[in-house]
Amino acid sequence: MRPQNEAELAQILVEAQLPVEIIGGGTRAIGDVVAGATPLYTDGFAGIELYEPGALTLVAGAGSLLSDINDQLAVEKQRLPFEAPDYAAVLGREGRSTLGGVVACNAAGPRRVQAGACRDSMIGVRFVDGAGTIVKNGGRVMKNVTGLDLVKLMAGSHGTLGVLTQVAFKLLPVPEASRTLFFDGQDPATAVSLMAAALGSPYEVTAASFRPQSGTVLRVEGFDAAVKYRASALAKHLKFYGQAQISENSLSVWADIRDLKPFVGQTGDLWRVSVKPSDAAGILAKAAPLDYMLDWGGGLLWLLLPENTDLRLLLGTFEGHATLFRGKGGGAPSFQPQSPAIITLTQGLRAKFDPKAILNKGRMG
Amino acid sequence: MEMPKANQMIIDAKPSIVAGLAQLLPKDAVLHYLNDTRPYECDALAAYACQPLAVVLPRTTEQVAAVLRFCHAHAIPVVPRGAGTSLAGGSLPTADSVVLSVARMVNVLEIDYPNRFIRVQTGRTNVSVTAAVEDEGFFYAPDPSSQLACAIAGNIAMNSGGAHCLKYGVTTNNLLGVTLVQMDGTIIQIGGAYMDSGGLDLLGLICGSEGQLGIVTEATLRILPKPEGARPVLIGFDANEVAGACVSDIIKAGILPVAIEFMDRPCIVATEDFAKAGYPDCEALLIVEVEGSDNEIDLQLALIKEIAMRHNPVAFRESKSAEESQKIWLGRKSAFGAMGNIADYMCLDGTIPVSALPLVLRRIGELSQHYGLGVANVFHAGDGNMHPLILYNANKPGDLELCEAFGNDILRLCVEVGGCLTGEHGVGVEKRDLMTVQFAPADLEAQLNVKDVFDPKWLLNAAKVFPLDVSASRRATSV
Repeated sequence: MRPQNEAELAQILVEAQLPVEIIGGGTRAIGDVVAGATPLYTDGFAGIELYEPGALTLVAGAGSLLSDINDQLAVEKQRLPFEAPDYAAVLGREGRSTLGGVVACNAAGPRRVQAGACRDSMIGVRFVDGAGTIVKNGGRVMKNVTGLDLVKLMAGSHGTLGVLTQVAFKLLPVPEASRTLFFDGQDPATAVSLMAAALGSPYEVTAASFRPQSGTVLRVEGFDAAVKYRASALAKHLKFYGQAQISENSLSVWADIRDLKPFVGQTGDLWRVSVKPSDAAGILAKAAPLDYMLDWGGGLLWLLLPENTDLRLLLGTFEGHATLFRGKGGGAPSFQPQSPAIITLTQGLRAKFDPKAILNKGRMG
Repeated sequence: MEMPKANQMIIDAKPSIVAGLAQLLPKDAVLHYLNDTRPYECDALAAYACQPLAVVLPRTTEQVAAVLRFCHAHAIPVVPRGAGTSLAGGSLPTADSVVLSVARMVNVLEIDYPNRFIRVQTGRTNVSVTAAVEDEGFFYAPDPSSQLACAIAGNIAMNSGGAHCLKYGVTTNNLLGVTLVQMDGTIIQIGGAYMDSGGLDLLGLICGSEGQLGIVTEATLRILPKPEGARPVLIGFDANEVAGACVSDIIKAGILPVAIEFMDRPCIVATEDFAKAGYPDCEALLIVEVEGSDNEIDLQLALIKEIAMRHNPVAFRESKSAEESQKIWLGRKSAFGAMGNIADYMCLDGTIPVSALPLVLRRIGELSQHYGLGVANVFHAGDGNMHPLILYNANKPGDLELCEAFGNDILRLCVEVGGCLTGEHGVGVEKRDLMTVQFAPADLEAQLNVKDVFDPKWLLNAAKVFPLDVSASRRATSV
């Protein structure tokens, strides 16, 4: 099914009695939808509806290609703030990411530590719920507390509450320059404390990541003279951790971290774990991964485990969330089971927005 | 403004309800004599007041849960209250309601600098959250004007912003986790000291839900390192349009100020008479503040100056010291006080696309003539959040109604140009009846459905946010 406008989409969902699987670019879906679901493509909802560079505002169709949007914004030296990743390669998928897909999984790259995730930049949505009702929430202005915030609810809902047709974002200017600082030779606990010291400094670090093979990398962005100053002030501030190498041109370093390049082509299950940064080293000790990467100052762990390993069994009870991102995980559900009270609320919301239980059924538990 | 008819059966049962509450809480935590409950009859929207049945002042999450469980069992409406600074009537009671105030829940529960968060009970004031961490060089970013008095609970309920949210975002962008007590007494942990919680974004849903989905008793808040320094400039223009164009050019140039504040002539004149900040005699002025090291500030201010000069400003004042910075901010910070000195005023809170600014200001001027009431405009220009202050005389019969009609026209205008009814104050009762201007029936139904899930009996702050006729069939289930 390939609706070309909201009315067609609404009609499809009014009539649908069997499960549908919503497909944007098909590049980043996590977990399976029930077998036999009818594919519903969103590419009919592509294109920019409104772009006001002077107001840092974009409204676009949910089926728009992320790359097209990025290109359009680049013309005005602006960008989506949250550094949307492209997971097609690491997940071994064809196709090209759409804005709707980015929203549905609340994507965020390394800049999360400073600019938040996709949901933090979202200011409006239009969607059609599972009963075929067209709903709008939020709008095109940056500050809006009118009524309940369904914009946030739709972000990260993996297509279980509605089919997104339009999304609105606040944008940021692309900074004139950036600097990347490299620190060699830390163990993960030291790397996390280095990153904490960096992120707790006034030098506006916009990314902090660690790999055992390449050490800790930090990024500052802004006007050229400012980042020059901040990079050297930061290096001085962190001299306890060793001498930093400072690079002026490291866009590809951050693109690789953002898109999980190190894990492309590596065999094994890939897990994504969100914890308090200071817990990262303990998680690593329990998981004993084949390979790993820390992002968000240690708050996000990417763990490569032997095929068919259930990470949650290795970790036991812990404060945070583990998602099976790639692989079979020993039969573990992709999404971490929630507390009973949250399950009750989640089921209640899904029943309201998707009363026939047809949207991406099976996803998110 | 109309409130639903109170349930007489509940009012008649007051003695047994008070006795029931007294069994759940310490002796001093249940107020029910008129003299004791009077301070809770209204919030900062003082035009409306109503004595509640009783007021409870719990100290712990468990006590909140016990009260809610009791009220749920007996179908007694509950009105949550933070510090009572809502400008939208968010904590206005009904005569058959129990006001649950978190004012005694003020403890800091945990501070973690390496992981950059603080966990507090939500009765704590906004400014005292920053006070708890500033010695270590950190701060809590959302800074509503009422920050000296307002509670984190209310900030979460209204998703409060502030002058500095252009750079740091609003409450929802700085909230990591909450302890939520549902109306039936269930205690839930949502989110925590980590960035992603998996599952649906219930945290995002609760933030800004105006106390209608549950009562937040504890919050984990993101704290940020303080910048090395900050300095403002003041720029005066001879037309609102020019000031608006300058804001747009600053943003397009890639500068991200922490604040861009705008004042129009009536506001400048009034604050000048009141605070004597030495503002220039002009039609519109901007205060633009940037952060960083001294050098970074100089750099950004030089760029701003270059942009401003292209618009032929009538004044450009750059702060060179803390004292000068204070002077630049003095007028802006005194604006509301200055207005209060002239007359009673109503403060609006619509947001507009920045590009619609000249049109909206012109239309507000015309409406001011039409209604015969003065209006002054102060607003956060970077994000389009307007605060028109309408002047009226509360002692003159009919003036409040006239003022409200004027305010409603301004908010309709905000929606018409692509904006919204409220940018940071919330809907409460104040903007409740205008919701149909912004939302189609299906849009509202989706929101009502969410409340059904969290509070099926519609007991929590039920007469707010949604027009009474829209929520009528649901509220009826609680009686």
